Amino acid sequence: MIKGDRIFGAFMLVVALGYILSARGIETSFMSDPVGPRVFPYMVAGVVILCSLVMILRPDPDEEWPAGPMLLQLGIALVALAAYAEAITPLGFLIPTAVVSGILSWQIGGNPGRSVVAGLGLAVGLFVLFRVILGLGLRGLPAGWGF
Amino acid sequence: METLSNLAMGFSTALTFYTLILAIIGCFVGTIIGALPGLGPSNGVALLIPISFSMGLDAISALVLLTSVYYGAMYGGRISSILLNIPGDEPAMMTTLDGYPMARQGKAAEALVVSGVASFVGALLATIGLMIFAPYLARVAYQFGPAEYFALYMLAFCTLGGIGSSNQAKAAMAAAIGLGIAMIGLDKTTGMPRFTFGELHLMDGVDFLVAIVGLFAVAEVFFFIESHGKDSAIGVKLGKILVPWKMLRQTTGAMLRGTGIGFVAGVLPGAGASLGSFLAYMGEKSIAKDKSTFGKGNPKGVAAPEAGNNAAAGGALVPMLTLGVPGSGTTAVLLALLLTLNITPGPLLFAERPEVVWSLIASLLVANVVLLLMNVPMVKIFVKILSVPAWVLLPGVTMIAFVGIYSLTGSSFDMLMMVGFGVLGYVMRKLNIPTVPVILGILLGNAMEDNLRRAMVLSNGDFWYLLSSPIAVGLWIAAILGFVAPIFLRRLLKKPPVPTHDPSLNED
Repeated sequence: MIKGDRIFGAFMLVVALGYILSARGIETSFMSDPVGPRVFPYMVAGVVILCSLVMILRPDPDEEWPAGPMLLQLGIALVALAAYAEAITPLGFLIPTAVVSGILSWQIGGNPGRSVVAGLGLAVGLFVLFRVILGLGLRGLPAGWGF
Repeated sequence: METLSNLAMGFSTALTFYTLILAIIGCFVGTIIGALPGLGPSNGVALLIPISFSMGLDAISALVLLTSVYYGAMYGGRISSILLNIPGDEPAMMTTLDGYPMARQGKAAEALVVSGVASFVGALLATIGLMIFAPYLARVAYQFGPAEYFALYMLAFCTLGGIGSSNQAKAAMAAAIGLGIAMIGLDKTTGMPRFTFGELHLMDGVDFLVAIVGLFAVAEVFFFIESHGKDSAIGVKLGKILVPWKMLRQTTGAMLRGTGIGFVAGVLPGAGASLGSFLAYMGEKSIAKDKSTFGKGNPKGVAAPEAGNNAAAGGALVPMLTLGVPGSGTTAVLLALLLTLNITPGPLLFAERPEVVWSLIASLLVANVVLLLMNVPMVKIFVKILSVPAWVLLPGVTMIAFVGIYSLTGSSFDMLMMVGFGVLGYVMRKLNIPTVPVILGILLGNAMEDNLRRAMVLSNGDFWYLLSSPIAVGLWIAAILGFVAPIFLRRLLKKPPVPTHDPSLNED
């Protein structure tokens, strides 16, 4: 029987141990105080370890986790968002926004036609809102294409 | 007398044309944000901080705009609670219990007016309470040294986690994750990098805005994809809006009692608006003669929690402004706003920058009047906006989140980190781990460590110094009680179930 709480607890246990390991390497300078820069991280990691152990030993009943196709959907959304973060600087605002909001719209609403309209509409509408009305410094199109 | 002259000074700022326009825009946007399911006061304010910052608003203008949004969102939450049975934000959950049944009986308009007036009463009285209590608490706060502040931060984490979550280990875990993230970056005392792994972007630490927007707004997208945007259709028709004077008279007592309970709950660090509305509802039910009609459309069951939730929103500003310790998730976001604007809350804020405090308070009073006018006669406009489908709304919100962070930092690294926080927020909410303590940890982590280390410098490393004053001991006892007591009280205070389907809750 796999439980989400146990996996998360075990994961955080590893993270906390890594955190302690990393904290051991923090250098102190000559002008330090009685506590130094390592003690508070140790205390935090200690709390995490304690809580992880509680989560592993006494897990709550599991929530319903997404399976198969839904996991794929969430993966697509994640990739799209990460790609957006990388694309907005070189490609400008309009094209990545239209594509990514179209993808998200399709994932939520499930209708490709409507999603294309939503993507295009959001790209143009938000660009007008941010650039023209609020005056933020956004570039609309890829560098060298004007705008 | 001093309060009045300060208030007059505040009004001289708040009533200028420009500030008034900002307040009106903030109220309007805030009501929409509060009303839309999946967007609450926390993520609404979080989304707008980077944008208002990039617009180059000065400190007072940004503060007026965003606190209007905050109050507006508290008002707006009731609209979808009543009409759709979906709380627009968590504090509005209790309003669904009687609000939705009222709407089903064809009394949607009455429910909206009663709850609007209740919101006004709660928020107005709480703002007056803020005026009276905050300067007093600020004077007490002068006696706080590093040991007391360290204990105070413990209290905030313990009560927020203890009351807000159903599992103490998970709440403590969330707080520790936040504190751990706060450690990333240069150590203030020694100037040495910690946990940066040589990554230059991490030298300045993790920007709390990135974390807030990721945990609140981006995580929401994953939830909506999973649920395919269910729960977003409008169910109830709204007739002509008339003011039901008789009903208002009947519920006056409920509103005042709800306000009192809510304000006290809001002032306690960590308790917040959700607890305020919950206690107000339960309190009203327990003293009512007609207990059996609660949950079936009793207007008192709408008035009490709505007054309680708005009063708590005002009350939560008291510890936030005077001590720098937020009382709820949303005030944590407002604290983030203050820190972004380079305003350090605390007792010195009242002494050194009274213009900031009092123009904030004055604009809260103005915002309340604006919101009453907006929310009673113009409620139909907001009802129309509720019919925006999720497949337009959520992609739009995501893009706003990205643009906000992008225009603030201009780095892909920060946006990727925001997406990462979105995933973390999704997983944590799936596991029922509260996300607000993470935010609080990131916000307060460095101050907490700093106070610990300064206390140790004063005492030459003697840890008993942390318990050396009566105030500190009292705070530690309150912290331990706040963490442990809910374990026993939880059996007594069961939340009543929402009428029908489970809403997509938005943590506050």
